[in-house]
Amino acid sequence: MYPSDYRYTKEHEWIKVEGSLGTVGITDYAQHELGDVVFVELPKVGAKFAAGKAFGTVESVKAVSEIYSPASGEVTEVNASLANEPEKINKDPHGAAWMIKIKLSNAQELAVLMDAAAYEAYIAEKQKEASA
Amino acid sequence: MTDRIRKAGRHTSQSEGLIFEKSVPDKRGMELPPLDVPAVDARQALGAAYLRDTLEGFPEVSEVEVMRHYTRLSTWNYAIDLGMYPLGSCTMKYNPRVNEYVARLDGIATEHPYQPVELSQGCLRILDTLQNCLVEVTGMDACTLQPASGAHGELTGLLLIRAYLENQGNPRKKVLIPDSAHGTNPATAAIAGYAVENIRSDANGQIDVARLREIVNEDVAGLMVTNPSTVGVFEQHIAEIAQILHAKGALLYMDGANMNALAGIARPGDFGVDVMHLNLHKTYSTPHGGGGPGAGPVVVKKLLEPFLPVPVIAHQSDGRLTLDFNRPKTLGRMRAFYGNFGVLVRALAYALAYGPGIRQASEDAVLNANYIRKHLEDLFDLPYKFPSMHEVVFSDARQKKNGVSTTDIAKRLIDYGFHPYTTAFPLIVHGALMIEPTESESREECDLFIHAMRSIAEEAATNPELVKTAPHTTRVGRLDEVGAARKPILRWTPKATTEAAD
Repeated sequence: MYPSDYRYTKEHEWIKVEGSLGTVGITDYAQHELGDVVFVELPKVGAKFAAGKAFGTVESVKAVSEIYSPASGEVTEVNASLANEPEKINKDPHGAAWMIKIKLSNAQELAVLMDAAAYEAYIAEKQKEASA
Repeated sequence: MTDRIRKAGRHTSQSEGLIFEKSVPDKRGMELPPLDVPAVDARQALGAAYLRDTLEGFPEVSEVEVMRHYTRLSTWNYAIDLGMYPLGSCTMKYNPRVNEYVARLDGIATEHPYQPVELSQGCLRILDTLQNCLVEVTGMDACTLQPASGAHGELTGLLLIRAYLENQGNPRKKVLIPDSAHGTNPATAAIAGYAVENIRSDANGQIDVARLREIVNEDVAGLMVTNPSTVGVFEQHIAEIAQILHAKGALLYMDGANMNALAGIARPGDFGVDVMHLNLHKTYSTPHGGGGPGAGPVVVKKLLEPFLPVPVIAHQSDGRLTLDFNRPKTLGRMRAFYGNFGVLVRALAYALAYGPGIRQASEDAVLNANYIRKHLEDLFDLPYKFPSMHEVVFSDARQKKNGVSTTDIAKRLIDYGFHPYTTAFPLIVHGALMIEPTESESREECDLFIHAMRSIAEEAATNPELVKTAPHTTRVGRLDEVGAARKPILRWTPKATTEAAD
């Protein structure tokens, strides 16, 4: 379910690192919790974000949520197709619905993120809490 | 299945298109009498360039067609005058008719804000008396009636905190907000120039006091707390929370959205609150905004009084009232004139009609919520077991096992003749069903609601499809809410009525 080469945040974003570039999106758990996504607001190329800072918002029929950057860096590419097809986020959150690519400014930050196994344990705990 | 539905029965209401679809060229709504003055050629008088011959797309219909069109549409509405809104004071609570009667009295309805102060003594007395009522009920020291809504009141309150801290020499950097807060709170803090730091609730839906003690420092301007919180639970440690903040020079802001559970019973001024707003539509039964006029008065402790918006009402030595603009430390104006006067009149009418009886209103609101909780808690999951105040929050955890969500239950409730409760809020409860009956509902109406909810819980267990595809008895069934949000059709055009507009 959760790609083993991605890293994950507690706020349910993922990042896939290739060299000094990171691709960022939200997790399957996040899209499931949000419900049908109807609108996404993403930054412009060139915008800079620190790790943990909001870089955009995702709006579903239930709520508007901020999306936080898993790492610090500068936006090099934005997935413009999400503007017209926000439903991609529900269909393929780990693939076609990537949101931004960033040039990482501090690769060390990635060490604090969870790997797939840790993230799966983390959301299992969340689900247990929710149904307790 | 329909015999299970006690409150609602079948009723024929006529189908209705848009008024534009009724248009017939050259049809007139009214006939004007023949001219009894010489005709003027508008083309000549105004210049041909300024004359318009046609109004494109304007419906051409007769008077009776207009009357019937809007009257028919009005019969499709659900209204507080028809039945209960289980989403309570947040959206629609009963407004006693005495409020409306008083607001329409000659001499109140016809006053003008540009009237000189000498001729406005009655209006000023109304405002002054309402301020005194609000100050007394909240246990605070002073009041401004200017803010035009609850969120506007929040902003006023935060700007007061900022003005006070700036006057001390340091406006500070951040505002703390619990995760059980209203969504407007973080937005307000940001608009007031503060960074927002969230505090998680503990397992009982309470602010984590130990955590608060760790993070309050000289950078913290204040804490915004909703009490009772959005899960309908009273903050048990509110006095201690106030002490922790005050010890570091920070202030306590209370979102008074849920004051209708406390009025006449507990006073925020007594448990350490420095500044708060009141939603008059919630606690004082004024009409709801929905884009119309609202009122979100702010009450403060003495330390914030010098910073209140101008003008403030002042008492002259001869007993007359005046407007004082000479307030050197004021944060300025928050709104033109003196707030939404007509709404404030209604609030005073309610306050004076009930007087100390406002305690009874709070008690009845709490009693109704707990009555419903008691009769539903065996069938619906209750995430926070603390005593409920004016509202009770269930989750759909048990129904979800059959694929039935809070939205589905809410839709099915429409078939039973009720307006839905608040769905999926507060966010800290997964799949929330937030139910607030308010003080106005009789036991009989609460019983009908309980019966409907119990019946739906049974349907969710035995026939989940029925609930998941509800409503079934309405003019239109389940709407495509996702499609409407993703590809909204914002303008009607004669041909392309089914295609999405760009």
